[in-house]
Parts: sequence; structure tokens; C-alpha cells
Amino acid sequence: MRRYALPLPSLRFVAVWRRNLLVWRKLAVASVLGNIADPMIALVAFGYGLGALLPSVEGVAYVQYLAAGTICMSAMNAATFEALYSAFSRMHVQRTWDGIMNASVDLDDIVLGELAWAATKALMSGVAIIAVAACLGLAHGYTALFILPVTLLAGLAFAAIGLVFNALARGYDFFTYYFTLVVTPMSFMSGVFFPVAQLPPWLAQIAGFLPLTHAVDLVRPLLLGKWPPAPALNVAVLATYAAGATYCALVLTRRRLLA
Amino acid sequence: MTAPAVALSCSGLVKRYGGNAVVDGLDLAVPAGCCFGMLGPNGAGKTTTLRLCLGLTDPDGGSISLLGRAIPADARAARMRVGVVPQIDNLDPDFTVAENLLVYARYFGIGDRESRSRLPGLLEFANLEGKRDARIQTLSGGMKRRLTLARALVNDPDIVFLDEPTTGLDPQARHLIWERLRQLVAGGKTIILTTHFMDEAERLCDDLVVIDRGRIIDKGSPRALIEANIEPEVVEVYGDGAHEWARVRGQALAARVERSGETVFCYTADGTALLDDLAHRHELRCLRRPANLEDVFIKLTGRELRD
Repeated sequence: MRRYALPLPSLRFVAVWRRNLLVWRKLAVASVLGNIADPMIALVAFGYGLGALLPSVEGVAYVQYLAAGTICMSAMNAATFEALYSAFSRMHVQRTWDGIMNASVDLDDIVLGELAWAATKALMSGVAIIAVAACLGLAHGYTALFILPVTLLAGLAFAAIGLVFNALARGYDFFTYYFTLVVTPMSFMSGVFFPVAQLPPWLAQIAGFLPLTHAVDLVRPLLLGKWPPAPALNVAVLATYAAGATYCALVLTRRRLLA
Repeated sequence: MTAPAVALSCSGLVKRYGGNAVVDGLDLAVPAGCCFGMLGPNGAGKTTTLRLCLGLTDPDGGSISLLGRAIPADARAARMRVGVVPQIDNLDPDFTVAENLLVYARYFGIGDRESRSRLPGLLEFANLEGKRDARIQTLSGGMKRRLTLARALVNDPDIVFLDEPTTGLDPQARHLIWERLRQLVAGGKTIILTTHFMDEAERLCDDLVVIDRGRIIDKGSPRALIEANIEPEVVEVYGDGAHEWARVRGQALAARVERSGETVFCYTADGTALLDDLAHRHELRCLRRPANLEDVFIKLTGRELRD
């Protein structure tokens, strides 16, 4: 049965990615403000404002600690927002996907094009925040460049999870649940703002299964000019989320649109 | 003489939703180069049939061949040679007129240089030369439909599917679309359209099927369907007492009488006797006209309202 088949993508997904890029270029100013200026203001305000009141966290200044978390969280938010609200607009409200499927593009190509695009948004936010962190003297050494593929991989994972919920959504309101029940708790449990060790042990154990935790575990040492202690595990977890959620998103989207 | 090439064929096509057969054993054979119509009331299964033919949903039974390719297995490749005008406009609202065409061409793997060279011809065909850089929101309904038609032609398809192409358009806009569709058929393209406008089917279609409840209930050319099903003339009678007149006089003078709302339809080989009788009945108003496809359609699918 086609619904459960493995993805059968073609290079047509590039045309879908390019469509979204062209729209983004037209609206880039608003998009940059929303996705990038917002986390940077928070980084500066909390990092220096709150950081001045705190002793060092895990041996570094709080703004340094927070910078790595901010990179990961804004990559997550950029990919999630794109895979939820923007993809839903194109799929359901504007019926852009219906138009594309009438051409020589399959639904699998569209879903993968959206996935690639949302991950690109995560990468773009990663680039911008690393650049700012470097200007503030918070990026130490060339290892910071390896953060870029991490934001891309994390972007793929969060975009794929977002597309699963996109396939299930009846309206925009549905996404509020996802943000409130999934994204926000994950932001506080994954070592973005404070170490996971501060959590009660049972919660810290759950945190060990969250994708954001593994993104943070990779990015924080890389920003400090060091190599992560267990990169293979972190990459494997993120890749598993990305692959598993992509497959779920494909099956659910096929069920929704090809019935 | 060789048989004409077949653009689309379906046999025994079945699609069920929740145990309910929306398409119920449909057979179609559309020769290349003709304009083929699918007529039916709302909910007859027309749009589902189109989606099946494009490979956008899997059939529960039967087989489809589109331009020699098996559907749905080979649908992406088949759609390289197909254009589609959907019932609901889905032009890209983030783009201008020209961008809509250029971006859509990429979905067929057509390079930007090639699609830019096709752009002036497509804009001319759609009467949108002056609207090249206009935003979609500023276009009228007729312009949007013409742009959707131009978009369906970016890949120079062999076959164009149109799902109710003129629904919601004013008369001038409809005539322009009809003229363009005739132009496409004259240029050798195959057209498959669904409609519930009988005048549209009568004007455009070489061949058509009448679909109801997922089944074909009749087929043929518009003329042949009218001749086979309906007496050549119709006298419509309406006004106070029309039903009473029909019972007393109309039924005797006409071959067949049908009632719908306040109107009485008298079908006959020659309406002269009916009109002579009605000449003295000043409270009744009447209209004599040749039978058309709408009469066939209503005879075949019934007069009750469909939602």
C-alpha cells in the first residue's frame, strides 16, 4: 500500500524549496526580525542583565552559557514555526500544495521540500546568532563552525516533528497545544537556560531523550572551542528523530491529502 | 484506418469512502485531440474521477491509463504531459502573475530561461499582457481563471483537465474561456472537462458522459444524446394555473410533460398545437425552444435538488 511506502522523493523537492526561498526573499525583513532579532535581544538582556547577578554556570559566564542554548532554541523555533504555521497555510489555507501536486511533483517531494526549507530556516537563524555571538566575543575557535551542520540536523528533526503535527492539525489553534505542551517545556528541560542537573532526577532522565538536549550538548562545547564528549550519541539521537518523524509525517500527510 | 490514439482510458474504476462508492465501476475512453465532457449533478463523482485519473488518490478497483502510462504507479511521469485547471483557484498568493507561471514551470523541471521565453505567449493567451507584475489579489475572477489556464499550459501539455472551468464567472469571462478552449482543441490538445452547465457542454464537447452516483448513465455527442433521449421541441409554461392547464390540456397535446416548481415542461415533436391552445390563455406565459442538453440531463438525473 502506497500510504506506508518508504519515501520516494525526486529532485523535484528542490523546486518546492526554491518556491519558499523566493517568498522568503520578498518578506525577508519581517522574517529576520521575528526569527533572529527576537532571540538575540533575549540573549543580550538575560545574558548580561540576569548574568550579572549569577555566579558562573558550569565554569563560564552566564551569557556564554546562554548563547549556546539560544542558538539551539532559535533553530528549533525557526524550524517548528515554518513546519507548523507556514506549511499549514500552504497546505490547507492557500491550497498551494494542491496546485503543486497537479504538476509533475508528488506529495513526498512537497513534504521533503518543506522539510528541507524549514531546516534551512533553522540554519539561517544559527548563522545569524553565531555571528552575533562572535561579535560579542562568545565564539571561541574554529569549532564554532561545526555548529552550522548541527543546527541543520536539529532543524531537520524539529521540522519533521512539526510536519507530523501539521498533518494532524484542523486549524491554527491546534499548534498552540504543541507549543504549550511540547516546545515550551522542552526549552526549559534541555539545558538551554540552566543545566539539566538542576532538574529533579526523574525529569533529568526524561530530558535525556529530548532532541533539544542533544543539540545543546553538541553546541555548547563547540562554541567554547572544545569537542563534545559524546558526539556520536547526540548526532544519532537527532538523526533518529529526523528520520522517524519524517516517515510519520509522510504517512500522515498521505493519509490526509491522498485519501 | 487506424484507431485514434487514446489519451485517457479507465476501466471498472471504483472509489469508496466509508463503504460508500463515490465512483462505481466507471469506464472511459477519451480519444486524443477531442474535447470530452463529464456531466453530472453535485456529488456525482466528477471531481473524484479527475483526482483518480491524475494519480492523486488510489482507486479501490479498476485500472487507469493516462497518455499510455499506468496510474497511479507512473503518475508523476504522466503529469509531465498534463495540465490541470482545478475547481478552486490555488494560484500562489505570494507571487505576481509572471512569478506564478515561472515558479510553476519549475515543478515540471523546466529551466528559468526556457520558461521566460514561453512567458509572453502564455500571457497573451490569457489576455494578461498588461498584468505581468500584478499581484494575484488585484485580479478579477475571470483573470484568475485565465491565469490558472495559462499556468496549466506552462509545460505545453498534450491533455488538459478542467474541473468546472467557468463556475462563478460572468458571461463575458465565460465566453473568453470557451474561445480559448476551442483554440486549444484546434491546436491538437485533448481537453477533459467537468461541468454542470449544459450550454458549456453543448458548445464545447465532441463527446460526453453523463455521470450520476458514480456511474455513467448515458454517453455520446451532445446532439446524439438530445436526439436519443428527448423530443426535439420544448414548450415551457408558467404562471397561475399552469399545472391545472397541463392536467387538462397539456398532457393531451404533448408527448411528455414534466413539472418543476411552478413551471411545466411540455416535450413534443412540434410545439405548434400547444402554442395554439395557449394563445387563448392570457394568464399563462410560455416559451417555445429547441430541446437541449439540460432537458436530457434532467430527464436522466431527475429534478430533485442535490446538495
